[in-house]
Amino acid sequence: MSGVHARGGRVMPGLQRGGAAIVGVAESDIGAVADLMSPIDLMAQGVQRALADSGLGLRDVDGLFCATTQSRTSAMSLVEYLGLPNAYTDSTIVGGSSFEIHVAHALAAITAGMCSVAVIAYGSTQRTVGRRAASVREYNPYETPFKPFLPASAYALAASRHMHQFGTTREQLAEVAVAARQWALLNPAAWEKKPLTVADVIAARPVSDPFTVRDCCLVTDGGGAVIMTSVERAKTLRKPPIYVLGCGQSITHATISFMPDLTVTGAVESGRQAYATARMGPQDIDIAELYDAFTLNTIMFLEDLGFCAKGEGGPFISGGRIAPGGALPVNTNGGGLSYCHPGMYGLFLLIEAVRQLRGEGGQRQVAGCETAIVHGNGGVFSAQSTVILGTQATL
Amino acid sequence: MDKAPASPLTTYLAHLEQGRLAYQFSPEADAPVFFPRVICPRTGSDKLEWRASAGFGTVYATTVVHPQQGAPYNVALIDVDEGFRMMSRVEDVPPDQVRIGMRVQFRVHRPGGEEPPCPVFTPVAAA
Repeated sequence: MSGVHARGGRVMPGLQRGGAAIVGVAESDIGAVADLMSPIDLMAQGVQRALADSGLGLRDVDGLFCATTQSRTSAMSLVEYLGLPNAYTDSTIVGGSSFEIHVAHALAAITAGMCSVAVIAYGSTQRTVGRRAASVREYNPYETPFKPFLPASAYALAASRHMHQFGTTREQLAEVAVAARQWALLNPAAWEKKPLTVADVIAARPVSDPFTVRDCCLVTDGGGAVIMTSVERAKTLRKPPIYVLGCGQSITHATISFMPDLTVTGAVESGRQAYATARMGPQDIDIAELYDAFTLNTIMFLEDLGFCAKGEGGPFISGGRIAPGGALPVNTNGGGLSYCHPGMYGLFLLIEAVRQLRGEGGQRQVAGCETAIVHGNGGVFSAQSTVILGTQATL
Repeated sequence: MDKAPASPLTTYLAHLEQGRLAYQFSPEADAPVFFPRVICPRTGSDKLEWRASAGFGTVYATTVVHPQQGAPYNVALIDVDEGFRMMSRVEDVPPDQVRIGMRVQFRVHRPGGEEPPCPVFTPVAAA
């Protein structure tokens, strides 16, 4: 059954329910980092801290998975920096979901014997160097002449469709940002420290209708690392292993002009693959960490991952359902909207899910948390990747 | 194999210079192809015909961009009647008055200088 999804195609050879575990997680410095820190400095800081979390040492690492928009050959740079010339490397980059895809690739590499201790690392200094310098946008002759403010305008176009087709309201979009802020106020590491209301979101500086700046993810520095290893080795380490129960990916387009349907993402497919491998459905999930680059994303991913029907995401999230104390805890660290968003956010979803599953969430800890769905988004709803994680009890 | 005489973009822009909104058609797939490419993404065939659109379409999605400096402007996705979608903008109407479902008609915008022409749309006058 493993490696097979609902449409009969293979997900990925070697992909196996609970075939490897996450044993260490850490952020690097985040928010606004020291002057002249490089993205690779932040990766290395994350690696050191995540290894300390796991109890492993740098010489145990034999697999490096990484991506950043600020280094064209980031795996090469990280190998040099860490002095690991023989490491198995993978620097797949498909935007913010790269790190969820790295989890699937690391799982496959570990089970295939290509490496035994895999590090997944990220670093960005986009706040310090500026968004334009951190992520140079390619000229596209079919889009650039119209000056869309990317990525915001792409998601705004999708929002126009979602509102038109399903009656999703401006207030519902704003409520996503409010819920994220309420979680962030419980997270000492979060960038945003002040309460936020629906009225504040709507009255903020407009960016690309219907979005104001409060519908858009933060622009911060940051990085971190996740350590994965085999199940056997995981059981010998400091922290309780968090098992990778399922993975999936779907890349439907690169530019918003050619997204097949602006109200449906590849999360439908990536979620189906991940649920099939995990032998679970949305009803089995305790928390959801969903890539909230924009307020619309949370609504669309809840629909596409089966937590509610298509078009019902707006009413679903309203009334505090995804906020602290709500029926479905979503983006429990405050998300890309209020905690931290250094260009590509996918790694931070994994870090928060692991902390919740270990019971390390402090004030924001969700009681009885045994399963988590982590959903990464890259590009403009382009590259979707889902990872389902669980504690020992879920094996 | 023969070297391609011109890139897909060069051919597309040459049509625009002549006032035509061009797209490709794949006879083997019996389907339009846009953006222009060297092969059909459905069949893998390099047999692609160039066709000229009649220039009518419907607004599929719309947003108003608010730049830090300068006036707000429209960005829209247009479903062109021949069965392909493209990014553009709707002119001759305030940017926040562009509506999903609005019927629109193509015209060539010529920015001048080094910039190539680009296709924009205007509302079709009510019949």
